[in-house]
Amino acid sequence: MYDIIIVGAGPAGLTACIYACIARKKVLVLEKEVYGGQIVNANKVKNYPGFEEISGYDYATKLYTQAKSLGPEIKFEEVIDIYDKGDLKEVKTSKSNYIGKSVIIATGSKNRKLGLSNEDKLLGKGISYCATCDGTFYKNKVVAITGGGNSAIDDALYLSNIAEKLYLIYRQKDFRIESINLDKLKKKDNVEFILDTNIIDIKGEDKLESITIKNNETNEEKELKVDGLFIAIGHIPVSDMCNNIVKTNETGYIIADEDCQTNVDGIFVAGDIRVKEIRQLTTACSDGTVAALNACKYLAKK
Amino acid sequence: MKIINIENNFDEEVKSSKGKTIVDFWAPWCGPCKMFGPVFERVASETDNIKFCKLNVDEDTNDVSKDLGVMSIPTTILFEDGKEKKRNIGYLSEEDLKIFLEDK
Repeated sequence: MYDIIIVGAGPAGLTACIYACIARKKVLVLEKEVYGGQIVNANKVKNYPGFEEISGYDYATKLYTQAKSLGPEIKFEEVIDIYDKGDLKEVKTSKSNYIGKSVIIATGSKNRKLGLSNEDKLLGKGISYCATCDGTFYKNKVVAITGGGNSAIDDALYLSNIAEKLYLIYRQKDFRIESINLDKLKKKDNVEFILDTNIIDIKGEDKLESITIKNNETNEEKELKVDGLFIAIGHIPVSDMCNNIVKTNETGYIIADEDCQTNVDGIFVAGDIRVKEIRQLTTACSDGTVAALNACKYLAKK
Repeated sequence: MKIINIENNFDEEVKSSKGKTIVDFWAPWCGPCKMFGPVFERVASETDNIKFCKLNVDEDTNDVSKDLGVMSIPTTILFEDGKEKKRNIGYLSEEDLKIFLEDK
């Protein structure tokens, strides 16, 4: 029996773990893959207070080491279901069942897919969701990126310095962001903007060969030969294991105010998985803090 | 099993090697690769009948990763008698790496 079961070992979950352990709670952290969450993919983190610059991996490893030293149990198991049994919560994983007095859900989000056939098959064979991870393999090659948000533009600029030619494909007519990097990108000779256009097909057997695009206004279709396609169309929440028990919005993000309390007594939420405006490393840690301390308050009342 | 670095000698260590060889393609700037590193080392230390190799793609003088179509890291490729048997793209847990190494 645990005081607090934390689902997810990203920045939100591990910060919650630190606060809960310092409050002398018996803590179990469950993580399906590896600690650190999405920040691991960040080459350089320059906006985390106290660190002028740190790699995502180094930050995650420091955080994990710190959390672990405080004595929680950390298990690498995927959570499949969470049951509310009043004062107790049951967490079912791929391997076992755990009982806790409270739960903090900090499962984060994952890359949104285009949803086209061949997308999974060609992952790592031309298709990528991480420009900073895989960009270097496309030196002097022809690459496309799809998306129009800040991270898509940042990734596009990064890729434009590596690839021979870059297509930026965006489904809207105009960008809705203000970005210095967008201005820089517009000045690049090797970048071609293809706006108001969707990708409708991905072709290739052992590796990506081409994509088919379709203009929204003219319905004109065109095949582009590309070596790489980077998909940067945002994120989707990872809430399958709990969306039958806690309230989510229509996209699947868990609804809770700044107090991180869900609609279920004793179940809290922290980090990117919570409905909120700003998803940053700092706000994930902030949520982890609030969720852990409010979980402690909840336990004290019982 | 000790891990062999094969940036310069893929042909000797893998292509003309008998039995099973596993190669971890990685780079120092790749976060998930660094996470996978310790997993690979732990499993290597517990396994006797498979040869464990690492190839840093930044120092891949013979363009091995390019020839094999490695376009994302970490990528792990299992070879048998020098021929590719299967590959995995992305991080693997210790348990999943052991399953990957099993004959199937």
